[in-house]
Amino acid sequence: MSYLELRNICKTYGQGAGSTKVLSNINLKIEEGEFVAIVGFTGSGKTTLVNLINGLLQPTSGEVLFKGNPVVGTSHERGVIFQNYSLLPWLTVGQNVQMAVKEAFPKEKKGEISKRVNNYVEMVGLTPAINKRPKELSGGMRQRVAVARALAMKPEMIIMDEPLGALDALTRGNLQDEILNIWSVDKRTALLITNDVDEGIYMADRIIPLRPGPNATLGPEFKIDIDRPRDKTALNDNPNYKKTRNAIIEYLMDIGNERKSEAKTEYVLPDLSPKSFVA
Amino acid sequence: MKQSLTLNKVTRFMGFGTLKPFTALFTGKVQKEDILTILKKFIVPIASILLFIGLWHAGSRALFNMEADYKIEKALTDQGQKAANEMKACIASGDISCQPNTLPSPTQVWASFQTLLKDHKVISADKLAFKEKTAAMNEKRVAAGQDPITYTGRPSFVDQIFTSLKTVFAGFLLALLIAVPIGIVIGLSETLRSSFNWLIQIFKPVSPVVWLLLVFMIVKTMTKDSNQDSAFIISFISVGLCSMWATLVNTAMGVSSVDKDYINVAKVLKLGAFQKVFKVILPSSLPLIFTGLRITLSVAWMVLIAIELLAQSPGLGSFVWEEFQNGANDSNSKIIVAMFVIGLIGFLLDRIMLTIQKMVSFNKNEGL
Repeated sequence: MSYLELRNICKTYGQGAGSTKVLSNINLKIEEGEFVAIVGFTGSGKTTLVNLINGLLQPTSGEVLFKGNPVVGTSHERGVIFQNYSLLPWLTVGQNVQMAVKEAFPKEKKGEISKRVNNYVEMVGLTPAINKRPKELSGGMRQRVAVARALAMKPEMIIMDEPLGALDALTRGNLQDEILNIWSVDKRTALLITNDVDEGIYMADRIIPLRPGPNATLGPEFKIDIDRPRDKTALNDNPNYKKTRNAIIEYLMDIGNERKSEAKTEYVLPDLSPKSFVA
Repeated sequence: MKQSLTLNKVTRFMGFGTLKPFTALFTGKVQKEDILTILKKFIVPIASILLFIGLWHAGSRALFNMEADYKIEKALTDQGQKAANEMKACIASGDISCQPNTLPSPTQVWASFQTLLKDHKVISADKLAFKEKTAAMNEKRVAAGQDPITYTGRPSFVDQIFTSLKTVFAGFLLALLIAVPIGIVIGLSETLRSSFNWLIQIFKPVSPVVWLLLVFMIVKTMTKDSNQDSAFIISFISVGLCSMWATLVNTAMGVSSVDKDYINVAKVLKLGAFQKVFKVILPSSLPLIFTGLRITLSVAWMVLIAIELLAQSPGLGSFVWEEFQNGANDSNSKIIVAMFVIGLIGFLLDRIMLTIQKMVSFNKNEGL
């Protein structure tokens, strides 16, 4: 029995003629302690897939099994890091984390809760900013708060929906390392949704491309056999890395070309040439 | 330096950001731009105020002459040349008995303002004297279980202002207590929203006068056998009912349009229904609720005058109405004084609400 299993998932939005089938026939198995990345184009249905797994949405057909039980709603066992941070702007960093801790550990006393909050804020390096509001923080810092909030609930599985998508390349690199460091401590199961192939290869054990929607399905998986901890600079010379990267990119490019050839509309451009004013 | 910083912050927070160069002047750090801004933000408005007063003066002068000519004409046709000449001389002499009754000039209004202040001093002194005189007797009466004797003299203009403020705050509080809870409940449920919508849409545009009559019908019966001040009750309930709609609609809108991301967070954290409302939905709709409350307070102040005028409940509205009925030669200028006072208090109330709104709202830069 797998830790998380998706069986023949289909998801349709709307009804009747106006409906769009976003996902179809999604099958996925994730084992305990695994770090899996799903790579896909923007608009291919990645967020829908994440929301199905964390329980915010229900599949139209098929089922999501978590530890053998069907997922019917959200649960503290699955922590979510949202694409756009989703911090509550009227609460400070500490209060945002505290809200999650209070819900996950309702029986704990005040002292224990604040200790937990401080620990997790410290873990993401935001202790000096604990009393600031999200608005006063940079994008990278906000995402760190979201990471702390998700982890503070001690989830058994972490689901990340393009967590670093809105950040600049340098901050992104730093946060990738930080997330990996935190993950390597207790190796919880992790699912990363991303649009960056390099990020997927650097972080995950397995990469699965999502063929773009409508009717998005999962493509063939790519195993990444590179020892951890991985070194970003050395990775560039690793033949294994190069091979996997090329294979994934080739696959995604092929999908992209397929899509282009499927597009039937041809735009006829007017035949124009610049007018000469010299003569 | 620090002092000037805090001063700037406070003035900006209150929505008086234009005072910045002025505070710079105050703290002794004047720059060239500051002088330019002072010129733009202060000299120009002051010039426009002077222009306004000038136009007002000229206008009232012209109206005065028209009215005077009309009076002389009338004396001529009714009573002949002699009466007309007498009338002309009488108007020129400034005798109160024959002054034309028209739009008062700025100087007359200012004089009336002084009169009203003097009047207030006289009445307060009178009140104090009355209190001292009756203190011993009242003690006896209270000890014997009787009601103490209260001052029943005429209220001064300043007393009227405070009565009006009391009524408007009571009405505002009533509106808040009715509209905010109902708005939240309606905002949370789509079914309730659509079932209440017709009611809101129909009652929102109803005029204050009609509300007053409706409240009068109900309160009159309910307070039949008590000797309470029903005029006050009627006017504050009417004010509340007239003004609560803005808050109701804004609260419902704020609650129903909470960012979906926040709702997702609440779901992922598995907040209970109660927690979800108080920790996520309410804080995020607070800016809109306060926008509604601000509109409510300004509407309350606006309709209050009309309602007091009709309900014969004491306050600025009845002051205006009594002065109009009174027809003394300075009645018109007293009405204009009341007009300015009403406008100024309305402006201050709005500023106070804006300040509170900024204090409680997480989005400090928002605010209109």
